[in-house]
Amino acid sequence: MAGTELLLSMVEARLARNGDGSNMESRDKTHQELEKIEKQVARMQQAAAPDENTQREIRLLNDRLQALRKDMSSSHYKAWEKTELARHPQRPYLLDYIERIFTDWSEIHGDRGFADDPAIIGGMARFHGEEVMIVGHQKARDTKQKVYRNFGMPNPEGYRKAMRVMKIAEKFGRPLFSFVDTPGAYPGLGAEERGQAEAIAHNLREMARLQIPIVTTITGEGGSGGALAIAIADRVLMMENSIYSVISPEGCASIMWRDPTKKALAAQAMRITAEDLKELGCIDGIVPEPEGGAHVDHEAAAALLDSSLQKHLAELKKGTIKEMVGTRYTKFRNMAQFFTGED
Amino acid sequence: MTWFKRQAGELDTSGERKVRTEGLWVKCDTCRQIIWKKDLEENLNVCPKCDRHFRIDARTRLAQLLDDNEYEVSDSNLTSTDPLKFVDLKAYSARLKQAQADTGLKDAVINARGRLNGRTVVVSSMEYAFIGGSMGAVVGEAITRAIEQATETRVPIVIVSASGGARMMEGVISLMQLAKISAALACLDEARVPFISILTDPTTGGVTASFAMLGDLNIAEPGALIGFAGPRVIEQTIRQKLPQGFQRSEFLLEHGMLDAVVHRRQLKSYISRALEFMDQSSVVGRQTSA
Ligand SMILES: [Zn+2]
Repeated sequence: MAGTELLLSMVEARLARNGDGSNMESRDKTHQELEKIEKQVARMQQAAAPDENTQREIRLLNDRLQALRKDMSSSHYKAWEKTELARHPQRPYLLDYIERIFTDWSEIHGDRGFADDPAIIGGMARFHGEEVMIVGHQKARDTKQKVYRNFGMPNPEGYRKAMRVMKIAEKFGRPLFSFVDTPGAYPGLGAEERGQAEAIAHNLREMARLQIPIVTTITGEGGSGGALAIAIADRVLMMENSIYSVISPEGCASIMWRDPTKKALAAQAMRITAEDLKELGCIDGIVPEPEGGAHVDHEAAAALLDSSLQKHLAELKKGTIKEMVGTRYTKFRNMAQFFTGED
Repeated sequence: MTWFKRQAGELDTSGERKVRTEGLWVKCDTCRQIIWKKDLEENLNVCPKCDRHFRIDARTRLAQLLDDNEYEVSDSNLTSTDPLKFVDLKAYSARLKQAQADTGLKDAVINARGRLNGRTVVVSSMEYAFIGGSMGAVVGEAITRAIEQATETRVPIVIVSASGGARMMEGVISLMQLAKISAALACLDEARVPFISILTDPTTGGVTASFAMLGDLNIAEPGALIGFAGPRVIEQTIRQKLPQGFQRSEFLLEHGMLDAVVHRRQLKSYISRALEFMDQSSVVGRQTSA
């Protein structure tokens, strides 16, 4: 019993110390340890004589185990687990989805003012035979490509290219699909010089009145204004394991807790999961993912996304463009109304 | 919406209070000059020696911009419901109470309707002393209503920004305010109602990345910190020191992001001149029924 108690105390101490900052591996390890302790306690229970002291001690051990289990499944672990899934290095990126869902992809480059930003891609494609425009963040897997894509963090020219692409779609009356997967707009010197804020702001205003159907999907990370700048849509969907937030959990933890290891706590407090956003009325739907997450099965993830996109686009095409843009405006106008006290 | 009128003098106190806490004398951080508090106030809270523009509160700003410090306030009772029940080192609800007690406001903006050199205008004046002028659901709604009021009554709107950006304690709800305000600005734009954005020290984050950069004219006070990302975040990202004057008004002007940098003393007349230019009633052949 002493050994079991010692192991239990160690797990408790570790969770109390760095529970918030634990990653998936250390969580798996904790789960394994808890199972081991549970087995030991169960054995003790069977072997134990019915003397009251022993029974009481076993009860106490069980209580502590239960508390740890509850702690492990509490929401801040879930929010952080989703954050890790949303950032999973094997998660499908936009080009992976384009390859599986669309045909005849023809990329369009450049903002006509400064450069082509590889962190955002845009282009023409066909969606089940229909002409559509695609725009979205592009992340990468190997180091060289990651640098080329700037880790999916656009500069102003990326947002300006996105708007140019959207305007082409509008001119020729083609629906727009946008896909969001970014840690955020790039916080760099050049980005500030070239007007990161203005580029984002401009897109927010223009997307609100774009005269074509827009369906946005947050596929991975929805990082603040850098995400929103291509996410003003008739339908905003989030994939099951994606996140959408005003600041990264790490950033929030550093500022509000003055301790970046409180990231799991911050993730939970900010309510960044698809379920949270649906509940808060900030998105229109959740796209299911294959068991274990999109990274487990790219084909299945793409198929699920495909059918969601089909459904939403078909619904949007039922009304007139004018009604649709009006509904879009009203949706954002009345979103996130959390206040009291009318004059 | 109930309108109520406030008389001159009644409101113009908190700027004074802020200075008074430091005694009768104020030291200018830029030129190290010790300034008599009264001289500073008489000079619109601009250093008489080096022209450093001190931060002023929302009411002082309204007093400086609107004729006779007379205006109608609206949307002043909107109060956050703390939708996320957010608690970090301190509860958001407690931070709100503290800020309300400190400023006498329910949140970080005042919506006012008054006259600017005789012309009726709507002004949204942000209060930096209220949780860093951060924008949550209340600020988002108040500014949206001001824009809607301007659109519906065809009265020009001036938004004076002073904000660290979105309010983290309202999470993604604060992010959605960017979308909401920007959508309202699309309607304002289509109605051809003038919007002058005034950027003051500091204007960063989600406020810059939405309405502050969307004015028909974007005007800044001298030396104001204006940017998307905060200087510290940028320094950490690029791992080098930022150049002198980076993200200051003059830097933004040089890079084409502002229409003008205007001294506080000339601000009112500059706005007035712009509104004259934008006045649609003098445009030949255009219908402008109110
Ligand atoms: Zn000075």
